[in-house]
Amino acid sequence: MQKPTDTGTNRTGIATSPLDSPALIKGAREGGKANGGLDPELLLAERASIARAADPIGTVPPPASLKGVAKTILEKLEGHQPTVFIDKLGQRLAYERTGVRLYEALLAKFDAADVHEGGPTRTEIEEIRNDELAHTLLLRDAIKQLGADPTAMTPCADVTGVAGSGWVQVLCDPRTTLTQCLDVMLGVELYDTASWLLLVDLANQLGFDELAEKFRDAHIDEEAHAVRVRGWVQTAVIGQSGEQPTPLEKPKTTH
Amino acid sequence: MALDILNEKGVPVDEQRFTWRELAGFPYSKLDDDAFSRVRVILMNGVESEAVRFSHACARMNRDLQIPLARVRRIEHHQQTLVNWLNPADQSPLETTIGFEQTAIEVTAALAQQEPDAYLAQAYRFGMLEDFDHLYRFSALMDRMTGQDSNNILQSYTDVRPGRPTIIEHRAPIDDVRAGYDRRTAVPLTKLNALVLVAAEHQVHDYYMNIGPQFADPTARMLYAEIVSVEEQHVTHYESLIDPDETWLEKWLLHEATQGYTYWSCSQQEPNRRLRALWERMVSYELGQLHYVMSLMQTMEKRDPIALLPKELPDPIPFASQRDFVRQVLANEEGMRAVGQTFTQDGEETPTTLSYRRHMNSEGSPSELITTAYTYTPGTELVGDGAEVIH
Repeated sequence: MQKPTDTGTNRTGIATSPLDSPALIKGAREGGKANGGLDPELLLAERASIARAADPIGTVPPPASLKGVAKTILEKLEGHQPTVFIDKLGQRLAYERTGVRLYEALLAKFDAADVHEGGPTRTEIEEIRNDELAHTLLLRDAIKQLGADPTAMTPCADVTGVAGSGWVQVLCDPRTTLTQCLDVMLGVELYDTASWLLLVDLANQLGFDELAEKFRDAHIDEEAHAVRVRGWVQTAVIGQSGEQPTPLEKPKTTH
Repeated sequence: MALDILNEKGVPVDEQRFTWRELAGFPYSKLDDDAFSRVRVILMNGVESEAVRFSHACARMNRDLQIPLARVRRIEHHQQTLVNWLNPADQSPLETTIGFEQTAIEVTAALAQQEPDAYLAQAYRFGMLEDFDHLYRFSALMDRMTGQDSNNILQSYTDVRPGRPTIIEHRAPIDDVRAGYDRRTAVPLTKLNALVLVAAEHQVHDYYMNIGPQFADPTARMLYAEIVSVEEQHVTHYESLIDPDETWLEKWLLHEATQGYTYWSCSQQEPNRRLRALWERMVSYELGQLHYVMSLMQTMEKRDPIALLPKELPDPIPFASQRDFVRQVLANEEGMRAVGQTFTQDGEETPTTLSYRRHMNSEGSPSELITTAYTYTPGTELVGDGAEVIH
C-alpha cells in the first residue's frame, strides 16, 4: 500500500497539466477583469458593516441554582463578571471532553499503524487520554461549585467546538496516518496548554486560590503532553525523511 | 462498444442488494484522482437524486404504481448513497461547489454539442454560460476567504473567467420557462439529454440550499443565496424543456434509460479501476430496472416500450475539457438574453425581468463584490503569478 509520503499521481498543481494549464492562464488573463489587484477594503468593509449589526453567537446561561453555593464563593463573584469565568470554564470543559475523544481516535490510529522506535506506546496514549478525562471531571465540579450548569454549551465552548471540528475530521478519517494525526494533536496540546494558563490567571485574579492550584496542576499535565507529542512528531517526521532525530528534553511527568 | 439495452437484461431487480459497508466505501482521492472522476461522482449523485425525487412525486399521484415505485426507489436511494459517499471527507463544501460548477459546465457543454434539437442545444449553451460565471465567482470567494486555489479541484480542465455576469442572470419567472420538446417527434437522445441536465441542476440547487447557511462569512452566505436563486431558475429552465404530456410511466421509463446511459458513459471513461467496477455494476442494475419498467408499461399501459427507446445507447457523454467550445459560445452568446421562450441576441429583456433584477440587486450584488478586480491566478492572487511553474 502506498504511503502519503510516496510520490504518486497528485494532480492538483498546474505543472501536472502542461497543455491545459497555459490555456487556463491565458484564458483568465484575457477574460478576467482589469487586473487592478485585490482591493481588500471593499470586502472588509462589507464584513465589518454586517458584523456591527449582528447578534452574538449566544450568551451564558443564568445560574442553575445559587442554593448550596458556598457564601465565600458568592462573595468572590460579587463585583466581578462571573459569566466570563463560567464561559471560559465551559470552554475548557468542552475542549477536554473532545480531547478525550480525540485520544480515543488516536488509539485506533495507533492500532492500525506500524509504529517505529521513538513513537508513542499504547499505554502512553491511554495515560494522556485519562489525564484529559480527569481534567474534564475537575472542570465539571468547578462549574457546579459556582452554581452554574456544566451541561450547558457556553459561547466560548461553541466557538472552540467549531474551530476544533477539523481536528475530529482528521483524527477519525481512516485514510490519515498516525503521524499526520500526531501533528494535529501537537496543535491541540499547544492550544490547550496556553488556555489552561489563562484559566489559572483568571482563577487567581478572582481569588479562587484552590481552583487556581488545581488548574495549575492541569497546566503542568498539558505542558508534559505537548512535549511528549512534539517528541513523537519530531521522531516520526525526521525518521521518515531518513535522518536521525535530535533527542528532545524528556517530559518531567504526566501527573 | 455500444450497449444493446433491449437485449441486455442486467441484474433482476430482486437481486439488487447492498450492505452498509458497501454503501459507505472508500472515497476517491481529492488529490490524486482525475477531476473527471469527481465530475462523474457528482453527476451520478444528481441523476440518482432525480430518480428518487421523481419516484416520490409519481407515487403521490399514481396509486397503482406505488408498490413498484417503492421497490425500485429503495434501490435507487442506496445507489445514490453509494455514489455520494464516494466524496471524501477532506473535500470542503466550497471545494465540492467548485466540482459542481465544473460538472455543470463540462457536461452541459458536451450535451449541447451532441443535442440534435437546435432549440434545446441553444438552451443548453445559454444555461452553461451562466454556470461558467458561477465558477469564476466561487473561485474568487475561495481565494479571498480561504486563501485556496480552485484549480486544485479543476486541474486546469476548465477556465476561470467571467461568463454571462451573475448580476444580470436574475430574470422574472416567466422568462425562465422554455418550450419543451414534443414527445411524439423528439428522438430518444434529446429526452435523455434533458433529463441529465435537469437532474444535475436540481442537485446543485439542493446542495447549495443545504450548505449555503453553513458558511459563517456574510459575503459567502450572500453569494450562495444569490447563486442558488439562479440555480432555481435553471431547474425551471431545464425542466420546461421536457414535454409535460409524457405519461407517468413514460417518464419513469426515460428516467431509467437516462440512468443506464449516464452510468454506462462513466464506465467507458473511468481510469480509476475501483470506480470503473462500481459504474459497471450500476449499469447492470440499471438495465434490470429498465426492463422491470418496460414490463410494467406493457402490462399497465398496453404499450410497447421499445418504441420509446433507442435500440443502442448513443455515444457516451464525453467527460473531457470542452474549453474551445465554451470559449466559442462565450464569444458569440454572452450578450444573449431570454424573453419568454425565446433567446434574444440584441440584449432585449422584458420590463418584468428588469424590474425584478433591479430590486434584487438594489442593496448590492454579492457576486460583483466578491470579484472586485479579480483575475484568476494559479496559486491564488496572494502568491501572484504561479505560471512560471510550467515554463
